[in-house]
Amino acid sequence: MTNLLKILLTEPFRLVLALVVIMSFVGLNAAYLVWVERKGAGRFQRRPGPTEVGYAGLIQPIADAAKLLSKQLILPDGVDATLFRLAPLVVMAPAMISLALVPFGEKLVGRDINIGLLLIFALGSINVMAIMLSGWSSRNKYAIISAARVVSQNVAYEIPTLLVVITMILATGSMDLNEIVRQQAGFFWKWNLFRLDVNPLAPVTFLVFYICMLAETNRAPFDMAEAESELVAGAYTEYSGMGFGVFFMAEYANILLGCSVATVLFLGGWQSPVGIWSGLFWFLAKMYFLVFSVIWIRWTFPRTQFYGLLNLSWKILIPVSLFTLILTSAMMKIFHGFHGV
Amino acid sequence: MTAPETIPTQTQRETFVLNLGPQHPATHGVLRVKMTMDGEYIVRAEPVCGYIHRMQEKMGENRTYAQFLPNTSRIDYLSAMTYTHAFVGAVERAARLAVPPRAEYIRVITSELNRISSHLVWFGAFLLDLGGFTPLLYAFDDREQILDLLEGITGSRLTYSYYRIGGLYNDVDDAFVKGTREFVARMRPRLKMYRALVTENIILRKRLIGIGPISAEMCRKYGATGPVIRGSGVAYDVRKIEPYSVYSEMDFIAPTFPEGDSMARYLVRMEEIAQSLRIIEQGLDKLPAGPVMAEKVPRVLKLPSGDYCYAVEAARGRFAVRIVSDGKEIPYRVKLRSPSLSNLSLFEEASRGMLLPDALALMGSLDLVIPDIDR
Repeated sequence: MTNLLKILLTEPFRLVLALVVIMSFVGLNAAYLVWVERKGAGRFQRRPGPTEVGYAGLIQPIADAAKLLSKQLILPDGVDATLFRLAPLVVMAPAMISLALVPFGEKLVGRDINIGLLLIFALGSINVMAIMLSGWSSRNKYAIISAARVVSQNVAYEIPTLLVVITMILATGSMDLNEIVRQQAGFFWKWNLFRLDVNPLAPVTFLVFYICMLAETNRAPFDMAEAESELVAGAYTEYSGMGFGVFFMAEYANILLGCSVATVLFLGGWQSPVGIWSGLFWFLAKMYFLVFSVIWIRWTFPRTQFYGLLNLSWKILIPVSLFTLILTSAMMKIFHGFHGV
Repeated sequence: MTAPETIPTQTQRETFVLNLGPQHPATHGVLRVKMTMDGEYIVRAEPVCGYIHRMQEKMGENRTYAQFLPNTSRIDYLSAMTYTHAFVGAVERAARLAVPPRAEYIRVITSELNRISSHLVWFGAFLLDLGGFTPLLYAFDDREQILDLLEGITGSRLTYSYYRIGGLYNDVDDAFVKGTREFVARMRPRLKMYRALVTENIILRKRLIGIGPISAEMCRKYGATGPVIRGSGVAYDVRKIEPYSVYSEMDFIAPTFPEGDSMARYLVRMEEIAQSLRIIEQGLDKLPAGPVMAEKVPRVLKLPSGDYCYAVEAARGRFAVRIVSDGKEIPYRVKLRSPSLSNLSLFEEASRGMLLPDALALMGSLDLVIPDIDR
């Protein structure tokens, strides 16, 4: 028995186990975030939302998934079949792998490596390529416009995101997500969000990161890529059945990932706000709070224009994040001496 | 094949044709817009009409006036009351029928209710075009109150056919009067909420201010009317310029905004809802007693030979019915001048060089009802 446990705890098995857990976590979350989104949208719009399938519509996501699975994957004439089939996988895989790096608890992390943050952002940029692939291979004008939008948008939010991340790396001196969380132990004013001694504009930095996360996950008000009133369904127009379903799941997986990273970087990850009983519960509470806010924003605001996002990025987000970066490095140099260097 | 002349030949840029519609979420029906695009910029947007052409005018020419009356509710399904008003107005003018004042007041009240409900649908659908989902449900909540009120007196919720030649189908009851007063009291704070929730939203303002400018000159050139021309600073409102029914006794203003952009058209419609509430209130205060149907409406209605026209201010602009009679039971010619066709006509010129999402915002701000374009 102990031998079996030992084998199971060896690194390869641990990794496989972690990925399986993450996959089921993402699958369940995608399904039930759809339910939360529909139910939430219903509440925002003064209607009950799904009620028919199961109690309070709780089985609705399963019924939806069954419907999508039972549908034919239509391959339209003239599409680039390989890329067309590949794109949903390429969009899903990075999100899954990235979530394996997120520390859900002190020991609850798929793969604890010391450059986790870097890897997550490296994997995150694959997302854009996947949507571009799907748009390009679909042989549909709406899909191509959508692909072009995604790529042009990418520059607008990647730069401020990375500037914010560099600021956070400077402030914490680590790219290890678990280490960043460990530093935020104690009461909630120890969170990076309130670490004004290192970065006096920390809440602003968080806001910049949050806005960029919305853009990165293609969520309203930055959902220009799949703007359904303009581009039908954008890059996903030609996808049917589970091909579409996987894109849909990937959207929620990316929201989960974005909110997780925001939680780790700014909200103290699994640390409790009162200093005791830290653990998975706090991580999930903070993450789902952010997820809820993302849904809330979606059902409140109209969509921006893509030049609106570019203006926002170049005129506000990039200067602000650049300024906080310089400010933080100055603060670090003057008051903290660059982590003992 | 030669290139269309609008493509700048000196640059020889490659363009492609994007078929927007006949089934597309932004066109709210079966309108097709053939767009020649240079990337996301529109080189030329050519509306193709006729997908829902039902020969309404021809139908008018082979049936009696009373038989054509239900059709008038089905041209612009969102302003059934005002359209019927124009038709019965034209027939009454030709037949020299005196409509009782109570009927005229009720016509004005119900027309204005209908205008509010039409603007509410536009409000929701327009925000849907801009990617805001929630206002639609809020607007439909308010519209529901109007539909319930009108259902109570007319029996239908969309195509009312409530006005009859010489009066009304039936009188309003106390429940309607009471309910309408309650609705007016309820709607005013809701308009304030819409202002806070939608009109003052920074994203919406960025999407609308300065987008899709339409000059008064362009409106005149294409015959655009209604909120479109009033959003370009021209105070053209049929209710003011050539008052019909009892509008001359009502105290209201035709809101105009000089900017000519999508925001101006948006604000015109929102302000019009407030003005319509004022008209309804006054109408209810002044509502006289008496019959709602003219006496001596002939069972077989034959209009004297001649050319008769009656124009009303529908929710989308000037709607005019022209009847040419040769003295028979069946008109020689029925011409329906619908506002949406004129409002759509300027889209090609106004959208030139615009980005696709901005052009769709412009199209939404024109408030097109496709069956009204094709008739």
